[in-house]
Amino acid sequence: MSQLLSVETLSKSYPTPGGRLHVLGGVSFSLAPGRMLALTGESGSGKSTLLHLVGGLDRPDSGSVRLAGTEIAALPERARARLRRERIGIVFQQFNLVPSLSVADNLSLQARLAGRHDPAWEAELAERLGLGETLARYPEQLSGGQQQRLAIGRALAARPALLLADEPTGNLDEHTAGAVMALTRALVTETGAALLMVTHSMALAATLDERLHLSGGQLSHRAAAA
Amino acid sequence: MSRPASPAGVLRWTLATLLSHWWRSPIQLAALVVGLSVATALWSGVQALNAEARASYDRAAEAFGSRLPRLEPVGASRFDQSAYVALRRAGWPVTPVLEGTVSPDHAAPDPAPLRLIGIDPLTMPAGAGLVLDAPDAAEDDGENGDGFAEFILPPHRTYAAAETMRALGLGEGAVPRLADGPALPPLSLRPRLSPGLLVVDVGAAQTVLQAPDALSYLLIAPGGTAGLAAPKDVTDIPLRRSQPEGAGDLDRLTESFHMNLTAFGLLAFLVGLFIVNAAIGLAFEQRRTMFRTLRATGVSAGMLAGALGLEMVVLALGAGLLGLVGGYGVAAALLPDVAASLRGLYGADVPGSLGLRPGWWAAGLAMSVAGAMLAAGQSLWRAYTMPLLAAAGPQAWAEAQRRWLRRQGLVALGVALVALALPLTGLSGLMAGFGQLAGLLLAAALLLPVLLAGLLGAAERLAAPGLGRWFWADSRQQLPGLSLALMALLLALGVNIGVGTMVGSFRATFTHWLDDRLAAEVYFRAADTAEARRMTDWLEARDEVAAVLPNWRAEARLEGWPVDVYGFTDDPLYRTRWPLLAELPQVWDRIAAGEAALVSEQLAYRLDLAPGERIALPGAEGRLEAVVGGIYADYGNPKGQMRVDLALLLQHWPDVEQRAFGVRLDGAPAAPLVADMRETFGLGEDRLRDNETLKALSLRIFERTFVVTGALNTLTLGVAGIALLTSLVTLSGLRLPSLAPVWALGVTRRSLGLMELGKMLALALFTGLIAIPLGLGIAWMLVAVINVEAFGWRLPLTLFPLDWARLLALAVLTAGLAAALPLWRLARMAPARLVAVFASAR
Repeated sequence: MSQLLSVETLSKSYPTPGGRLHVLGGVSFSLAPGRMLALTGESGSGKSTLLHLVGGLDRPDSGSVRLAGTEIAALPERARARLRRERIGIVFQQFNLVPSLSVADNLSLQARLAGRHDPAWEAELAERLGLGETLARYPEQLSGGQQQRLAIGRALAARPALLLADEPTGNLDEHTAGAVMALTRALVTETGAALLMVTHSMALAATLDERLHLSGGQLSHRAAAA
Repeated sequence: MSRPASPAGVLRWTLATLLSHWWRSPIQLAALVVGLSVATALWSGVQALNAEARASYDRAAEAFGSRLPRLEPVGASRFDQSAYVALRRAGWPVTPVLEGTVSPDHAAPDPAPLRLIGIDPLTMPAGAGLVLDAPDAAEDDGENGDGFAEFILPPHRTYAAAETMRALGLGEGAVPRLADGPALPPLSLRPRLSPGLLVVDVGAAQTVLQAPDALSYLLIAPGGTAGLAAPKDVTDIPLRRSQPEGAGDLDRLTESFHMNLTAFGLLAFLVGLFIVNAAIGLAFEQRRTMFRTLRATGVSAGMLAGALGLEMVVLALGAGLLGLVGGYGVAAALLPDVAASLRGLYGADVPGSLGLRPGWWAAGLAMSVAGAMLAAGQSLWRAYTMPLLAAAGPQAWAEAQRRWLRRQGLVALGVALVALALPLTGLSGLMAGFGQLAGLLLAAALLLPVLLAGLLGAAERLAAPGLGRWFWADSRQQLPGLSLALMALLLALGVNIGVGTMVGSFRATFTHWLDDRLAAEVYFRAADTAEARRMTDWLEARDEVAAVLPNWRAEARLEGWPVDVYGFTDDPLYRTRWPLLAELPQVWDRIAAGEAALVSEQLAYRLDLAPGERIALPGAEGRLEAVVGGIYADYGNPKGQMRVDLALLLQHWPDVEQRAFGVRLDGAPAAPLVADMRETFGLGEDRLRDNETLKALSLRIFERTFVVTGALNTLTLGVAGIALLTSLVTLSGLRLPSLAPVWALGVTRRSLGLMELGKMLALALFTGLIAIPLGLGIAWMLVAVINVEAFGWRLPLTLFPLDWARLLALAVLTAGLAAALPLWRLARMAPARLVAVFASAR
């Protein structure tokens, strides 16, 4: 199967008062369309940094990130922005919803930016995410679980090829987190997208196809989920 | 699957997302719109006033032969038209003009006297600058069309501008009735005429003015009179040739007046921009998350900055339009006072109603957009360069402000040094003066937060631990968010104190000066030399008259500037009452001997003259040369002035009009004498006045001159109040994280509210106290630099501490009112909102 995402010897460091801090040191992996990959590791292991590099939010020091054959790291800022809006959906741990837009407008925001506004699909997403009754409300009027589902819905509304999720259930209780993840997996499977998810939870990681474990910026373990 | 979005589509949705913030934050939007529209209103209002006045000067410059040389009667205001006929026969290319004043009857809405000019269009040269075009000139059948025939043939026509017709309360075709004398010919609209001016055929003018066969002067057409017989060889009536005053004199004389207005407009505009900058800065802070989300969902940094810029242009255009409507209102409200000032100070006729010029609309909108972009520049740049992954801490802005505060003192010092060095850069005196004033204001504004931070820090250290210390620490914490509004308040208060001190000093000096200057009890102006002789004989025969004092005036030009040269006779009145700023010993004896002259302060300043130096200027016959014996104040006069002994004046201007006199009484009241003079010689109000009436008139003109300044002053203070209100309202939402923990510890919302109020009052009071030295600095700059450069005179500075106390109270009241709305919201806030602070802080 051809790979949607190929990461080759990716390295990233940051300047600190005590010298450069090497966060990632030569990480390589790939992800095929329709596959779901969990990224685990202790705090500071470089999980979020890897996610940001894959999403084109940051540039690596060296190495390569190719999405459907396109080298992301080499793209200028404008082209990376275009790639993000058309091919990638990102779910942040802190939701990052736009407080001045209604639930309906938040849901459709990226789809509109990508030129893929599909009212029927967005209505279906809203229903399946349990947001059908809240479309006219604003994010501040939603519970934490609803806000997280809205963030997932916004990312999926544009039918991205790759969904990146950074601790998407980190702010939710166990029961709600399980329900949100089940729904996310179902939607990813239906849309044919690939999922790369950062999580601390081994239990959640076990629900995906594969698991990568990062330790000290190195890929220490890759395994199929149980 | 649909096609990918075009850049326009991305821009559209990015813009829609950005704009959604404003709909959800209407108060912040109101702050932005109010700030921008008020700034635009005050700026464009002042520009409308300037444009209207300048258009009037242009019209005046174009009016009848103001650029042509003329032949005037010697020693009289009018002469017999037989001289005109003789000159025409001798080949002189002259055209007759009769001028006079007419008073409309009491039915007119504005009974002020109007200037009537009688002309002869048949002989009026093409280059005379005739402004007789009909409103529908394009359809007129040329110069000799029906309009022309109607003008010269009975019943004639009276040409007038729309403003003049409104003053008369009459429309086209109506016949204006006069208070005395025959009616004028029917009115006909000529839009380009100056307001207050009526133009009729010279024959009609002779009838209306009851001056049969009389003319005021003859205009000489361009083309030369070389080879023609001299007027004295053609007619027995003595005529002298005079050159027109420079057509640009009015422009030049009023330049300083308009520059002052512009400076005030600019100040108000900048104070308004403080509001805009504060609102945009806060909006930027509150939208950090939105910006990151947009970037993460595929909006490039350039697209985001572009959308923010476009958003600003859209808002600026909307607010600018509102501002222009407001500006029109401001200008329309102030125009009558500006017109009165210009008439009183410079004799310039400016219409009392406002015209709308497309250029004004365009310039106002451009200023609004430019101001918004200036105020938003920093935020746009930060949005463009903001790292996508930077933590969006809500305190980041305040932190940045605090870092800036540390550098601000140095920047203020740098600005002050640049301002001090401005005169060395070769800038003109007035421009350097305004530059220094701007530097002083900017340096003070930049220094304010540093000073306040120091004051609040000191109070914090002195306060008892606990709530008291929290109060001062929290005040200091709040300072960055309020800095811009407090700067606006400081500038408004400083300018108020500065301008108030200047005007107050001027009023005190001017009143005292008028008392001395108008020491003679009665002033009159005869119609001609013969009448003057009859009147002086009559006066000298009266017991109560101590002296009749000639005050004859010749006009000259010195280094391109108009100078009036007055001749007077030695009298104890001058020796004891005439105020001199600097003088030589025995100055009055030296003047009486014809050796010395007095020069006005502005003339001395312009020519850099001091007592003891020599002055020379061209007279009608020979050069007048004299030692500068003394320098005297001549407040309010845009022209230069010089005073010499009468004999010296007559030596160089033998044909000078000998018609103006003052009358000194021996302690008797002036009223009976004035009444007798009116009865005996039939003199009107315009030619005979006692000194009390003249003083009252001068003071009235003085007060009207500063009505505009006062109004702009008040408006600027109002804008600062709005800045404070909008800052407090927009900040009130951000205050919850500071207040909620204290509330949770058991301090009631009422106590918190009172402390918030106390904090604002303390900040306003500190700002007001700092504004006093700033205001005095501004007053000194105005009196010692700007006034001297602009008008050529310097005033003694008088202090008015009661006014400062009043302004301090006003500042504290403004702050209290501005704090009222946020406090009201705090008092009514549901406890759940305060609790929510802890929930979101998890």
